Amino acid sequence: MKATILGCGRVGSMIAVLLDQEKFEVTVIDSNFNAFGNLGDNFNGSQVTGNITDEEVLRSAGVETADLVVVLTSDDIANLMAAQMVRQKFNKEKILVRVRDPIKAGAFQEMGLKTICPTNVEFDLILKELKVKPKKGKVGSG
Amino acid sequence: MYVIIVGASKIGYNLAKSLITDSHEVVLIEKDHHKYDQLTKELGEVIVLGDGCEVSTLKKVGASRADMLIAVSGMDQENLITCQLAKLLFMVPKTLARVNDPRNEDLFRNLGVDLTVNTTNIINALISQKLSVPFLTPLVTFKNLEIVQIEISESSQAVNRQVKDLNLPPESLLIAALRGEEAVLLRGDSTILPNDTIVALTVRDKESELRKIL
Repeated sequence: MKATILGCGRVGSMIAVLLDQEKFEVTVIDSNFNAFGNLGDNFNGSQVTGNITDEEVLRSAGVETADLVVVLTSDDIANLMAAQMVRQKFNKEKILVRVRDPIKAGAFQEMGLKTICPTNVEFDLILKELKVKPKKGKVGSG
Repeated sequence: MYVIIVGASKIGYNLAKSLITDSHEVVLIEKDHHKYDQLTKELGEVIVLGDGCEVSTLKKVGASRADMLIAVSGMDQENLITCQLAKLLFMVPKTLARVNDPRNEDLFRNLGVDLTVNTTNIINALISQKLSVPFLTPLVTFKNLEIVQIEISESSQAVNRQVKDLNLPPESLLIAALRGEEAVLLRGDSTILPNDTIVALTVRDKESELRKIL
């Protein structure tokens, strides 16, 4: 199984390393080659330096034959464009995309993208700790 | 018309001024506060400080009553997301995006942007036109249609023939002929003259068939 991870930050590198351990063929893309240091010494996958919204970069990272694409840069807008490029141009179905803004996360989820919203996740976790049950029509979680 | 322009680039700024001159209601959204500070002296409340990719900004400027949203920042991804939010959440009827990277034009249209303008493609076409045989210049693209400009040389087989006799491909429509200072609307019985510049509507990728006839 092939996976392409877009963004080699904390979460991106953790996911890449995990999938690599699970015997996935992993390629990671990041615009800053220093970020690949996050992958550690035992990473067996490939690294591509470049912009995730550049079709040629995606192609050279093997997105065409990927089974799974995870979009994890810190820039919501780049993430959303890259995820849609991957879906439209490369016909990928299994795509996860991080979108910090809960409103955009919701809107693009409605459009069929599987969005992961750290803001909502943190909100829910904190609420749990505070043992506060959210009232109906709560803001943020979704 | 109420037009929202996102991005006070030179294009955005000049577009705003031009639309205001034509008596449209305009709001120009810019996220860089230096640019905003500079332009607000001249534009007053027309310019708004904010990020066009934030729903709160679009709400603040009343995007749901906009007739058109034009995204002309220097970043394709911002222009794309702005147009998508405008359409999805605010039902703006017409969205136009500047596409800086020519490779992204198709993607934008497939993702619902109504009109795309790529400067590189337009300039390339104009350069080719100046360097070679009368060429076809794409002007504006929307969905799968294109408005193009074609120069009719004196040796063209279309010269002195009526539009209806031209055997035009089904996927095209001749709209007007620019003749010197005049623009003449073309009908079936209009005659094509040498050195006309024809403005035509055609399906993308069918331009070469149209060019053959003209």
